[in-house]
Amino acid sequence: MKVTFPYMGTSNIVFRSVMEELGHEVVVKKPSKRTLSLGTEYAPEFACIPFKILLGTYLEALEEGADLIVTSGGRGPCRAGHYAQLQEKILRDLGYDFEMVVFEALTDSFKDFFGNIRRVAGSDLSWWQIFKLIKKEWYRLMVLDDIERLTHKVRPRELEKGMTTKAFNKAQKIVAVAETEEEITRAKEKSLDLVNDVPQDINYEPLKIGIIGEIYVVLEPFANLELERTLGEMGVEVDRSIYLTGWTKDHTFFLPKKDEVEEAAKPYLDQLVGGHGLDSVGNTILYAQDGFDGVIQLAPFTCIPEIVAKSILPEVSKDWNIPFLTIFLDEKTGKAGVTTRLEAFVDLIAKKRDKARDRIS
Amino acid sequence: MSVKIGIPKTLSYYVYYPLWKKFFTELGAEVVVSDNTSRRIVDDGVKETVNDACVPIKLFHGHVANLKDRVEYIFIPRLVSVNGEQIYCPKFLGLPDMIKSTLKDLPEVIAPRIDLRKGKFELMKIVYQVGSIITKNPLQIYSAFKEAKIYFEEFNDLLKEGYTVEEALKILEGKEVDINLEENSSSLKVAVLGYPYIVYDPYVSVNMIQKLRGLGVEVVTTDMLTNQELNNQKQKLKKDLFWTFSGEVVKAGYHYYESGEIDGLIHVTAFGCGPDFMVDKLLELAAKDKEEIAFMALTIDEHTGEAGIVTRLEAFVDMLNLRRKHQ
Repeated sequence: MKVTFPYMGTSNIVFRSVMEELGHEVVVKKPSKRTLSLGTEYAPEFACIPFKILLGTYLEALEEGADLIVTSGGRGPCRAGHYAQLQEKILRDLGYDFEMVVFEALTDSFKDFFGNIRRVAGSDLSWWQIFKLIKKEWYRLMVLDDIERLTHKVRPRELEKGMTTKAFNKAQKIVAVAETEEEITRAKEKSLDLVNDVPQDINYEPLKIGIIGEIYVVLEPFANLELERTLGEMGVEVDRSIYLTGWTKDHTFFLPKKDEVEEAAKPYLDQLVGGHGLDSVGNTILYAQDGFDGVIQLAPFTCIPEIVAKSILPEVSKDWNIPFLTIFLDEKTGKAGVTTRLEAFVDLIAKKRDKARDRIS
Repeated sequence: MSVKIGIPKTLSYYVYYPLWKKFFTELGAEVVVSDNTSRRIVDDGVKETVNDACVPIKLFHGHVANLKDRVEYIFIPRLVSVNGEQIYCPKFLGLPDMIKSTLKDLPEVIAPRIDLRKGKFELMKIVYQVGSIITKNPLQIYSAFKEAKIYFEEFNDLLKEGYTVEEALKILEGKEVDINLEENSSSLKVAVLGYPYIVYDPYVSVNMIQKLRGLGVEVVTTDMLTNQELNNQKQKLKKDLFWTFSGEVVKAGYHYYESGEIDGLIHVTAFGCGPDFMVDKLLELAAKDKEEIAFMALTIDEHTGEAGIVTRLEAFVDMLNLRRKHQ
């Protein structure tokens, strides 16, 4: 079948590989302005930007003849758990004919989860083969996350702007074509070398900023207007609180376990509020404890859990002496505007660090 | 002197106030309610709240600010799950935390976590936890709760008959209510669906229900349906909505579409409401299959003027009348 799925950061490499190995043809494009306009046209006004980008992604794929959409669900209270059902209704109302497979958490229903795997995988492969495939692709995902983590360290130190991003793009291609686990391991070594080989100023001490917020806008550079790259090229080292490998572990295979973050957030927010609201509060405290210079919260406009977090963050910020900046993203957010705000924020925290150092010396 | 417990007159006030009021007064406390929503309360709320919050959350902050210097306790229950299955919107879940972080110099906040997914016994624990603030006598607490439940049922019965929350409260207090709910088969019938704190707050909804009645329209709401009737609609949703109020609104809409007894459906929603974009789209898509029923969405925000809403209501009713003449 011709299959499409949500495009989110580097994970598309892995999903593409899974689908192709299962014998499907993959139709998914990197989100572009057109994707977002299409999504915005047919989505309700107050839907959040991930909803609009996904709807646009599906529309583009259906135009090209996709007939199977594979996506994930959720058990709330974040709205995203209902997106698949509503998007299906909207697309059917527009007259498209397709099949939709929604993966809910394994803990909700074993039967549905494995039934869905079968629907996507077809009847040819044995469960053992499917398991091996998932294991291999999971490994690929972890490798991609490792490489991306390294780019966050290298980018602020690069001597020539853009070199790290170039190396990272090349690395993604290398990992994408690896076929076996051994090949992925070799691709990993090669990729890490590639990124490490970017000429760097090793004596430079970058400011450190933690990125918190809603998963889709944190993971997909198109949604956050390449925030990590922009900050990196300003000379800031970023640390992202969410990686898909971490999230999937928490949400699909096991019962949610968030001990450390939840504990940290407790005095301020003593309740799971869906999405990443609680994580945003807890991670801010953890970043403060780790000596970060600031935190940036990324959230889609009208995102409920992040609004709850945002109204609590000023108090956290004061108690822990860590500056934070919230950026709400929607289809009208422009890159120049965001960059200006980032520059101002970085200036501020740089001054704050200098002042603190003066006091010590 | 009795303890003064404050209850903000918004959000869950419109669903549970009689229950809480009876419970606290039976225990000998004095219940103080914030003033009716007004320009001032709205403005105070807007000033204190993060700018991205929805109107109801801004309103809530305004009501707490209005109340905080007059009482010893403020009652802000953390509503997580009441029916044991669905939960409330994330803003309800984080409400006490948001209030405590945003507003300063608050009296003590009573914020029990109401999560009945944990089993039947949980309710008894919560009741004792809240009651013990006033008295340590469990017998007194539970008998007060029993009284409160009876009172609450009377309240819900009145809503089923078609009274608004305000009218039902008046009747319970023994006051006269000047309306006639007699069914008139010739009049237009319109369902006004939305969350209780939007639909029933006279300031927020600019008295929509009364206005429609004034135009000779019979109004039906979510509260007039039984749980059974709502649950019957569940199978039409591929996945039941997570949120209690949203689920009720969608199911009520589906019920009225199915029964075909209405001429039009008005979905009233608050600006910036997260779950409502889904509720609204679901109702709109369902309306497409029902040619004889008109659908309108009204979005209300802190700047909404009465004239604008009235004009739209009048136009809607005119259209329904014309349509009926045609048939």
